[in-house]
Amino acid sequence: MLAYIIRRLLYAIPILIGVNLLTFTLFFVVNTPDDMARMQLGIKRVTPEAIQKWKAERGYDKPLLYNGTAEGAGKITRTIFFEKSVKLFVFDFGRADDGRDIGHEIRMRMGPSLAIAVPAFILGLFVTISFALLLAFFRATYLDFWGVVMCVAMMSISSLFYIIGGQYLVSKVWHLVPISGYAGGLDAGRFLLLPVLISVVAGIGSSTRWYRTIFLEEIGKDYVRTARAKGLSEMAVLFRHVLKNAMIPILTGAVVVIPLLFMGSLLIESFFGIPGLGSYTIDAINAQDFAVVRSMVFIGSVLYIAGLLLTDLSYTLVDPRVRLQ
Amino acid sequence: MSLLRVESLQTSLAGAAGVVRAVDDVTFEVAAGETFALLGESGCGKSMTALSLMRLLPDAGSIVGGRVLLGGRDLLALSESEMREVRGSELAMIFQEPATSLNPVLSVGEQIVEVLERHASINGTAARRRALELVAAVGIPDPERRLDEYPFQLSGGMKQRVMIAMALAGDPALLIADEPTTALDVTIQAQVLELLGQIQRSRGMGMLLITHDLGIVSQLAQRVGVMYAGELVEIADRAAFFASPKHPYSNKLFAALPRPERRGAMLETIPGSVPPLSAMFAGCRFAERCPSAWARCRDEGPAWHTAGESHAVRCHLFDPTAPDEEGSSRITAASPLQVTDKETPPPQADTSLLEVSDLKVHFPIRQGVFKRVVGQVKAVDGVSLRLTLGRTLALVGESGCGKTTVGKAILQLLQPSGGNVRFAGEELTSLSPARLRALRADMQIVFQDPYGSLDPRMRVGDIIEEGMAALGTASGLAVRDRQIDEMMARVGLSSEMRGRYPHEFSGGQRQRIAIARALAVAPRLLVCDEPTSALDVSVQAQILNLLKELQATLGLAYLFITHNIGVVEYLAHEVAVMYLGRIVERGGVREILNDPKHPYTEALLSAVPRLDADSGRPVIVLKGDMPSPARPPAGCHFHPRCPRAMPQCSVGYPAETQLGGGRSVCCYLYEQIRS
Amino acid sequence: MPIILWTDALVFLLVACAIGAGFYVNRREYLLASWRRVGESRAGMASLTVLAAFIAVGLLDSLHYRPRLDDVPGRTTANGYGSEVRSALDALLQPLRSGTEKTYSAPLATHLYAKETVELPDGSQTRVFPRLQHGGAHLENPEQDWGKDVAARTVQGLALAVLAALTFSAIVVQAAALRWGLGWQATWRRIWRGETQFAWNAVLAALAVLMLLAGPVISLAGGYHVFGTDKVGQDVLYLTLKSIRTGLVIGTITTLSMLPFAVALGIVAGYRGGWIDDLIQYLYTTLNSIPSVLLIAASVLMVQVAIDTHPDWFATAAQRADARLLALCLILGVTSWTGLCRLLRAETLKLRELEYVQAAQAFGASASRIMGRHILPNVMHIVLIAVVMDFSGLVLAEAVLSYIGIGVDPSTISFGTMINTARLELAREPVVWWSLIAAFAFMFVLVLAANLFSDAVRDAFDPRVAGRRVAAVAQEKAA
Repeated sequence: MLAYIIRRLLYAIPILIGVNLLTFTLFFVVNTPDDMARMQLGIKRVTPEAIQKWKAERGYDKPLLYNGTAEGAGKITRTIFFEKSVKLFVFDFGRADDGRDIGHEIRMRMGPSLAIAVPAFILGLFVTISFALLLAFFRATYLDFWGVVMCVAMMSISSLFYIIGGQYLVSKVWHLVPISGYAGGLDAGRFLLLPVLISVVAGIGSSTRWYRTIFLEEIGKDYVRTARAKGLSEMAVLFRHVLKNAMIPILTGAVVVIPLLFMGSLLIESFFGIPGLGSYTIDAINAQDFAVVRSMVFIGSVLYIAGLLLTDLSYTLVDPRVRLQ
Repeated sequence: MSLLRVESLQTSLAGAAGVVRAVDDVTFEVAAGETFALLGESGCGKSMTALSLMRLLPDAGSIVGGRVLLGGRDLLALSESEMREVRGSELAMIFQEPATSLNPVLSVGEQIVEVLERHASINGTAARRRALELVAAVGIPDPERRLDEYPFQLSGGMKQRVMIAMALAGDPALLIADEPTTALDVTIQAQVLELLGQIQRSRGMGMLLITHDLGIVSQLAQRVGVMYAGELVEIADRAAFFASPKHPYSNKLFAALPRPERRGAMLETIPGSVPPLSAMFAGCRFAERCPSAWARCRDEGPAWHTAGESHAVRCHLFDPTAPDEEGSSRITAASPLQVTDKETPPPQADTSLLEVSDLKVHFPIRQGVFKRVVGQVKAVDGVSLRLTLGRTLALVGESGCGKTTVGKAILQLLQPSGGNVRFAGEELTSLSPARLRALRADMQIVFQDPYGSLDPRMRVGDIIEEGMAALGTASGLAVRDRQIDEMMARVGLSSEMRGRYPHEFSGGQRQRIAIARALAVAPRLLVCDEPTSALDVSVQAQILNLLKELQATLGLAYLFITHNIGVVEYLAHEVAVMYLGRIVERGGVREILNDPKHPYTEALLSAVPRLDADSGRPVIVLKGDMPSPARPPAGCHFHPRCPRAMPQCSVGYPAETQLGGGRSVCCYLYEQIRS
Repeated sequence: MPIILWTDALVFLLVACAIGAGFYVNRREYLLASWRRVGESRAGMASLTVLAAFIAVGLLDSLHYRPRLDDVPGRTTANGYGSEVRSALDALLQPLRSGTEKTYSAPLATHLYAKETVELPDGSQTRVFPRLQHGGAHLENPEQDWGKDVAARTVQGLALAVLAALTFSAIVVQAAALRWGLGWQATWRRIWRGETQFAWNAVLAALAVLMLLAGPVISLAGGYHVFGTDKVGQDVLYLTLKSIRTGLVIGTITTLSMLPFAVALGIVAGYRGGWIDDLIQYLYTTLNSIPSVLLIAASVLMVQVAIDTHPDWFATAAQRADARLLALCLILGVTSWTGLCRLLRAETLKLRELEYVQAAQAFGASASRIMGRHILPNVMHIVLIAVVMDFSGLVLAEAVLSYIGIGVDPSTISFGTMINTARLELAREPVVWWSLIAAFAFMFVLVLAANLFSDAVRDAFDPRVAGRRVAAVAQEKAA
C-alpha cells in the first residue's frame, strides 16, 4: 500500500514535468515574448523599445533555456524556463500582469470556490443517485421511460441556459435571492443558494442516466439472482446488494473530481460574480494574463493527479477485492 | 405424497426471433428425501424449469401455464411476497457459477446471516454461531476465519460450498442444484458431489439436480428425467435407466459418450441439431434426428407410455396399441458400431516429430516501489514430452496446472523461460523470426472456445484462407480457392457456407471451421486445446470422430490438452498427467488409465463420475485445492493433498522413475521399489 | 469565384468518408444488421430526419464563393471579385441577410423595439417607435392589417406544408407499395402502424412536423423578421441558420481530426504493450491532467496571438475566421482524444487475449496485419459510438467556450456568439428575449436529435446493451 502510494507519487513527477514542458512550449516557444508584448501593446505602432520595456518589466527579457551571460548557476536559473516554469514546482507562482501576487490571490479565492463547489458536489451526488435508484427500482415501467426521456432532454439543454434562465426567473422575476455577488460569513448563504441549485440541476440529466445504466448492469448480474433466491424483497436486493456494488464505479468516478473542486466553476462563478478561482481564471483568460493561466494549469494538473491517487485509494475502501501493490 | 409436483409447466421466453417455448408441458414429481435428476443438453430447458419453480425467470421469461405444488401448495398461485417467504426457506437453489453467484462486496458471513435473519428470525451472535455451524457443516476448514472473508478470497470449490451453506441456512425441504459442479475441476467436483449426497441423505431433503453429465446422475440421483427440446421424454428409476434407456434420444446420448470400449470405432452421433423452440411442433420433437422414426412420429406427438416398472417414455415405439408392423424398426440398444480404424502401429523410435525437454514458462511477480521482481509464477516448470507422427499425446490436468501454457509455449506463442523445443529437428526456442514463420505451417492449434476462436468480423472463407495468405502456402487465387473448398468438405461443411459469418453457425460447426483453418496450411502437429469441452456430448462425438478420421488419413500428430478422461480414453495413445506445472506421470494410455501409479493420477481417475456408480469402485476424494503456482509447496507439489504422503515427500521433489514400457512416474513410492 | 475554405474541404472529406463507409457497410452483413437495428428505432429515425435537415442547411452553408464585383457594390480587390465570402445559403437567404434594421425589433414586428427621436415634417421632434425598413414594410396600415396578414401568411404556409408532407408521404408509400407488391391502402396501414422493419412512420411523422414548422416560417419570412432582429438589426432567423454550420463543423471535424490518433495509438498501446504502451499512456495521462478548459484556453489564446500578429496570412476576413474555427476544432480534438484512446487500449488488451488473435499469431501473421484485420474491425463499434456520442457534447461545448471568449472568432456566427451577445439584453427593460431563445431552441433541437440518434446507434452496436434490449422487447410484448 505504502509502496504503491510512493510509486504513484514518483510517477506524478514526469507527468508534471510533461505538463510544464507543454505549457512552456505553448507560451514561450510557439508565441515568443515579443509576440505577447506586441499583442498586449497593440499590434500596430509598436516600437522595439516599448517591447523591450514591456518584457523587462515582467521578466520576459531573459533567454529561454540557457543564459550565457550570467554567472555560475545563474546560467540556468536566470532564464525564462527556470523563473516562469520550474518555480511552479515549489508553488511559487510569481506575479500577475497587474502586479498582484498570484499565490496570495489563489489562497484568497479558494474559499468562495469551495463554498459553491462542495455543496453542489455533495447535493448533486445525492440527488442523482436517488433519482437513478428510483428509475432502477421502477425499471421497464412508464415512470422509468419518461424519467429517461426527461434525462435526455435535460442533458440536451445548454448549461448556459440553466444559468441564464435560473438567474432570470429566480432573481429577476421572483426576486428571491440576489442576482449576483458574494459576502463572507453567514450572509454567503443567500448568494450561494442559486448557484448551487443551478449546478445541481444542470448535472441531473447526464448523471442520472449514467448511474441508472450502472444500476441496471448490476441488477442483471448473477449474485442478484442469488439474493432473490434467498427470498429477499426487491428493496432489500436493491439497497443491500445492488447499491453496494454499484457504488464502486459511482464513488470512484466521483472521487476523481474532488480535488478539482478547488478550481471552482468557471461559468457559475463568473455569472454570479463570485470571487473564486473559476472567475479568476476567466478574468485572466479575457485579460490574456498568461502568468495566471499558467499557474492555474499547473495547479489543475497537480489536483488531477491527486484525484487519480485518491480514486485508487478509495477503491480499497469500497471494494474488498482491491489490494494496491 | 410427493414433496414437489410439477404439472404441465409451460414457460416461454420472448426473444428476438419470436416467442421461444423453453419449457413445454413438463410434469414430474420429487419425493421427500429423493434426488431427482433432470438430464439434458444445453438449451433443452432444464435450467428454465428450475428457475420457473423458483419464479426467478429472467425479465424475458414468463410462466404460461401449469402448476407447481410444493407440499400441496401451488407456488404459481402465490403472491410475490408469499413466494418470497418460500424462496430460501422451503425451496433453495444453488447455481452453476459460484464465482459470479456470490455478492463480491459482502463477506461470506454476511451473506449467510442474511438468510438466517430473513427466514429463521435469528440475528446477532446467535446468527453468527449458526452461520459458523453451517460453514463447518459444508466442510470449509477454519470456519471462524472464512466467515469474515470475501468470496474472492475463496477457491471455486469453496465458493460452491458457501452457496450450499447459504441454501441450507433456511433449512429447505427441497434443494434445486443447477449444474452445481460444471464450473469445477474433477477432483473438486468429487468433493462437492460427495458433500451434496451426504447432506441430502442426512437431512432427508428432496433434491432436484439439473445436469448434463450422465456420470453425475448415476452417482447422485435416485430417479432421472431426460429433457429434449423443452419436453421431458423419459422418466425412470436410476437403475432401470442405466440398465436400459428406452427413448431413442437417451440411447443416443449413451452411445455418444467416448469410452474405452469404443476405441478404434467411430462414436455414435446424432445427425442434425435441436429444432428451434420458437417453432410449432406437430409430431415428436426428436423425429427429424431419430433413427427409428416413421411417418406417425412426424404427424402426431407421442403420449407417455410405460416401459417397465417406474419407467415411462414419451415415444410411439412404446405405444402398446401400435400396430405390430412398426415394431420391426424398434431399437432398444445402440446400433452396432462400425469399425473403421485399426490401431495405428506403434511408432518407431526415430520418427519423433516433437521433443520438448525441461520446458519452463515463468511469469515474474513484481512488487514494491520500483516493481522489482520478487518471485516467479512457475506456470510450467520443467516439462518434457515426446510426440511422433500419427500419434496422440494427451496432456491431462486440472485448470491452473499449466497444460494450456505448455501448448502455447511449444508453438512459441509464449516465450519459454527455459528448456528446449525441438520440432522436426529444429530448435524452436532459438530460431530467427523468419525461420520460425516458415515452420508455423507445420504446427497449428485448435482452441477451446468455439465462440472466441473465430473472428466475428470475417467470413468463413476468409478465416480459412487466413493461414494460407499469411504463410503463403498456396500461391495463386484459383489454387487457394480450390483448397478452401477442399478443406470445408474435409471437415464436413459445404462450400456454400464460405460467405457466411461465424455467428450463423452452431458451436460444433464453428469448431469444424477452426479445424479447417488449422488444416488449411497442412500442418503435421496439431495442438488441440480442450477442443470439445464447450460442446454437448452429441456434438463432442462428431468432433472426436472428425479428429480421429483426420489423423488416420493425414497422419497428423496431436497434442491433446484436456481434463476429460473419457476423451483421453477414446482418442489418446499416450498420456502425460500434469500437476502444478510439472508432469507427474506418463505412459501408454491403457497402462495409465487401467493402472495409475501416481497417487494424483489415481485420485483424478477415481474422481470422474462413472456410469456404473454402484460398482463399488471407491472414489478417492482429495483434500483441499490445488496450491497456487506462485507458492508451490516444498518437496513434492502434491504431498499436502496426497493420501499416501511420507515424511520425505515434504523435503525434496521426487526424481522421475522409469517403470519400463515407456512409463515413468515422479513419486517416492516407486523410487523405493526400484532401489 | 468558388472558394474552398479549410473547414469546407474537411466537411466534404467527411461526406466522402460517409459515402465510402456506406459502401463498405453495404457489403458486410454483420454491419448491415446493426444498422438495420438503428433503422428500426423510431426515436433514432425521427431524430435522424431532424439531423438531416440540419445537415442540409450546414452543407448549403459550406459551398462558399466570392461574388463578382458588379454584384456587390462595395469593397473591391485586384482580381475583380469582392473580398466578401458568401455561401450558397447566403444566396438563398439573400432577403434575410440584407434586410437589416437599425436595431432590435421583436419577432414579426413592424416597428423598432426602441423609441427614437424623429423629426416631424413640421420641424418638431417626437419620440416614437419607427417603422421597420423591411419587416412588415409591405403593409400600408400596420395597426389594422398586421393580424390579418400574419394569419393569412401562416395559413398559406401551413397549407403548403401539408401539401408538401402529403406529396412526400405519397411518394414513399407508392415506392413501398411497388416494392412490396401491396395495395396502396395496405401499404399505408403497414407504414402507419409501424409494421415495417425500417421506422418509416417515424421518418414521415418527423418530416411532417418539420414541414409544418418550416412552412409558416418560410411564408412569414417573406415579409417579416420571424425571430426579430438583434442589436445591430440583423435578422435572428438568419443568424440561427448560419449558426448551424458552425455547430456541425465543431461537432464533426473535431472528432475527425482526433480519430486517427486515438484509434492508432489506442490499438498500438494495447496490442504492443511494453514501453510503447508506457509512452502512450504517459502521453495521454499528461494531456488529461491539464484541465481541458485551461488547455483549450491556453491553446486558443496562442492561436489568437499567432493569427493577430500575422494578418498577412489570410486574404479575407472569412478565411481568418475559418482558420480560427479549424484551430478550435483541432484543439478540442487534442484535448478529447484521450478518452477514446483509453477505451480502445482497454478493449485491445481484451481482444489480444482472444483465441482468434492467437490463431493468427500461430500463422505467424505480422503485428500490423493482426491489428488491421482482427483488432480494428472489432473495435470499430466503439469508435462509432464514441463519435456519435461526442457530437452533442461538442456542440454544447462550443457555446460555453465562445461565451468564455475562447471559442470561435467573434465574427463567426455561432450559437455561442449569439448567446454571448444576447445575454446582456436580459438586463434590458423590457426584456429582449428572442435571440437568446432562438439560439437556445435551435441548439436544444440539434443536441436532442443528436443524443437520441446516438442512443439508437449505441443500442444497436453495443453488444452489452443488445442483451438488455431483447429483455426490454420481451417485457413490452409480455405487458
